[in-house]
Amino acid sequence: MLKTQGLRYQYAGADTALAFPDLHMDKGDELLLLGASGTGKTTLLHLVAGMRTPTAGSVTLAGAPFSALNTAQRDQTRGKHMGIVFQTAHFVRSLTVGENLALARSLAGCSPDAAVIEGLLQELGLGHKLNARVDALSVGEQQRVSIARAVVHGPGLILADEPTSALDDANTDAVLTLLRNQAKRTGAALLVVTHDQRLKDRMSQHVELNPTS
Amino acid sequence: MKAARLARRNVLHRPLETGLSVLLLAFGVGIISLMLLMQRSLTEDLDRNIKDIDLVLGAKGSPLQLILANVYHVDVPTGNIALADARKIMRHPYIEEAIPLAYGDNYELFRIVGTEPSYPAHYNAEIAEGKMFEAAFEVVIGQEVAAATGLNIGDTFYSAHGLTDGTDVHRDKAYTVVGTFDRTGAVIDQLILTPIASVWGVHEDVEDADEEITAVLLKKKNPLAILTLPNLLRDTPMQVALPAIEMNRLTQQFGIGLQTLRAVALLIMGLSFISVFIALFASLRDRRYELALLRTMGAPPRRLFALVLFEGLWMTVAGIAAGLLLSRLGVMALGQVLEDRFHYEVTQLVPVPGEFVLAAAALLVGAVAAGIPARSALRIDISNTLGQGR
Repeated sequence: MLKTQGLRYQYAGADTALAFPDLHMDKGDELLLLGASGTGKTTLLHLVAGMRTPTAGSVTLAGAPFSALNTAQRDQTRGKHMGIVFQTAHFVRSLTVGENLALARSLAGCSPDAAVIEGLLQELGLGHKLNARVDALSVGEQQRVSIARAVVHGPGLILADEPTSALDDANTDAVLTLLRNQAKRTGAALLVVTHDQRLKDRMSQHVELNPTS
Repeated sequence: MKAARLARRNVLHRPLETGLSVLLLAFGVGIISLMLLMQRSLTEDLDRNIKDIDLVLGAKGSPLQLILANVYHVDVPTGNIALADARKIMRHPYIEEAIPLAYGDNYELFRIVGTEPSYPAHYNAEIAEGKMFEAAFEVVIGQEVAAATGLNIGDTFYSAHGLTDGTDVHRDKAYTVVGTFDRTGAVIDQLILTPIASVWGVHEDVEDADEEITAVLLKKKNPLAILTLPNLLRDTPMQVALPAIEMNRLTQQFGIGLQTLRAVALLIMGLSFISVFIALFASLRDRRYELALLRTMGAPPRRLFALVLFEGLWMTVAGIAAGLLLSRLGVMALGQVLEDRFHYEVTQLVPVPGEFVLAAAALLVGAVAAGIPARSALRIDISNTLGQGR
């Protein structure tokens, strides 16, 4: 599903480029990227997601070159094949919870299937929030809705950037379980980027990023 | 979800900013559109009443007043002229048609005008019911008069002296309604027409001088009439005035006020576009994360451009629509006032060509005002924007 090769990224004005280990994930794989701040883990996630263009190296997604596409093509490919959970949940504020999910589906090229959306929300214990305004949700609910949004269109790869850093132990468990279950259900690969050492024991595969790597 | 639909949701999500922009544009468009409608209505009305009247013969005085009194029936006449003197002009070889008018009285402030059947014929006023006046003290009334006074065929009434007062009533001779005219859209709708002899009859006791009339509406046979007639009248108490020229002068006087109003309206429209521009820019700063998010969800930059552009266009279209609606409400309100006070009807609600130009121009400027913020949405760096989100 995902393959990276020799990825390097040099920020403007930085002396050296960040170099990243190669990643290889198949459908259904789980991988935890652990790193303290400054190790470039968010940079790596953004490179994988095609939100940044690597200085060197390449990203291959579903067997096709991804990092070589132009901006608009990358946006569309990302929307179709990836679901991203960001550290802070953000939504299109003018739309309801259900409409945000429908938007994710339609941007990915799927029909805004109401049954799928309602079913998913039910599963996440948010069935009653279908028509709620997104600013009316609690922080925990927001994080769950953003997970729903990341999986609602059935992507092959789910990326999560520090999904648990703002949560207590109980919620961390809940969110991680949710992510893994959803990935398993859809057969997607799950890549979690975090500095949260609590996750280390909970996921089988992990790669540590070092500042010097 | 289509960009246009999301754009609508987004602008409705910011009711205050959207409301201000729409309101400003609605007022700008509304004032200009109102002016266009009134101008159209006025011009049509003025032209309809001038209809082929090239010259008006009457007593010396203000030529504009002569026109207003005898063509539009809104001002007091300049005075009377002797019928015998007027006949010399009416029979001049350069004149094709001459319609004499004699004023004196009113009934419930509707003017009673002594004339000949050629006067209603000139305005194509057909008899709706009853017959044309023949004998003295027979009258045919316009539609507005019939509606306002409730006079029916066979009813009789006494006239009140002068044009603007209903107190001094002539009790000696009663007028009899013998017919009503169809609606013409011209001033005839507001008049009570009777043979000239009735007017003379009423005032017999007041003055028994020679027979007098108020004015003669003239249609020229030869263009030289316009040059020749004033010379003929130089040493008489009479004058001829040209309706087209006098009304032109009048509308030019209006023009200064209208230009000021138009400038104010354009200023308001300008402000509304700045307001659209600022509303979008401010909302973009506020929504950078949201727009970046749309990109990560699969919306390419051009879709964000379309989204912001649609948001601006949505406000512009709402403003234009509200403005055009506002101007029509304005026409109806003003029309009521004008009708109550001056018996002047304004019914122009159909779009005039100028409004299409106005709407198209507003849409274009709205697109430009939205296009600049929309361009900045193209340049959002999603990685940096989402990276700042912590």
